[in-house]
Amino acid sequence: MEPKEPFDRVVTQHGPTVLRVARAVVGASDADDVWSETFIAALRAYPDLPADANIEAWLVTIAHRKALDSIRSGRRRAIPLGELPETAGANPAEDHDLDLTAAVRALPDRQRHAVAYHYLAGLPYAEIAALLGSSEAAARRAAADGIRTLRRRYPDSPHDGPTTPAPVTTRSRT
Amino acid sequence: MTSFDLNSAYPLSEHDLATLHRRLTQEAADNDLLDVAYRTVDSPIGTLLIAATPRGLVRLAFATEGTDRVLQDLADRISPRVLAAPKRLDEAAQQLEDYFAGRRQHFDLPLDWQLSAGFRRIVLNDLATDIDYGHTATYRELATLAGSPNAVRAVGTACATNPIPVVVPCHRVVRSDGTIGGYRGGPDAKVALLALERAA
Repeated sequence: MEPKEPFDRVVTQHGPTVLRVARAVVGASDADDVWSETFIAALRAYPDLPADANIEAWLVTIAHRKALDSIRSGRRRAIPLGELPETAGANPAEDHDLDLTAAVRALPDRQRHAVAYHYLAGLPYAEIAALLGSSEAAARRAAADGIRTLRRRYPDSPHDGPTTPAPVTTRSRT
Repeated sequence: MTSFDLNSAYPLSEHDLATLHRRLTQEAADNDLLDVAYRTVDSPIGTLLIAATPRGLVRLAFATEGTDRVLQDLADRISPRVLAAPKRLDEAAQQLEDYFAGRRQHFDLPLDWQLSAGFRRIVLNDLATDIDYGHTATYRELATLAGSPNAVRAVGTACATNPIPVVVPCHRVVRSDGTIGGYRGGPDAKVALLALERAA
């Protein structure tokens, strides 16, 4: 049997990415719950995961399902999702990026998911397409449309531009 | 393609991640998913790693063994559901602290013997109960105690592979010629433990 690393290392290595994805997809106030539900589900299934599986893609897949659950129950509670004021402001360190995170939250679901999974988790479009149940071309288009909107709403972003690659670029981007 | 660095829009604090990790550990324990919990304990013989299953203390490792290697071994041999979880190990950590301070002579902890089997397990059980604090026995004496007086070498192997040293006191087993013999934590650690017990 291939050795499987201790789950603690999985949490340490991928916990930050999953938290960013959760914040982007469901917002800061529900992100902790989505993160926790994702890692408990992952811990439960971990012994049966093939040893050669792409752990981060697997975690993002679980996070996506948990996020959908969260969004659905949020809608049942009738909390308006598209509203711009964001709870991320609870942390003063995030204030400077409030507009950008709010702009991400305001994207249509499909674009927001595609942007988060590609630009935060580094997932290739083929895998994002499988998650969203769309074609690869559609996933790519959703991410491109989302990014275009973000650039328009947030033109002065210091993070915008070809000189600042995201730290997750080690994975090949298709 | 131009990149768009979204990561920095979501700064994460160590505090947030630590809080989430604690919550995960608690929920894992509540859901019977915490197969192996571990933490570290400072001691006069270096930082010790201790690990427990729901059944009890299963492993104590010396710094020289390497945290990553020890955790990987636990993942391979017990379960990959390994999490840092200080709470389950509070009692063990406290008893170790008391032992190193000279305030405790016997450990009173549930032990999980699953990393030790057969003759080795018999030997370690004997030495856990029959060699008192501050005393020593030779490998030959321990072999006799285990009912196999000729199995001196096997006793040596049992001690060398003791998964729960210090708590299961293989440091109290020495050679017939008066030299201290080998030790999983290195000879210096063995000398230090024997000195600690003599002084108390």
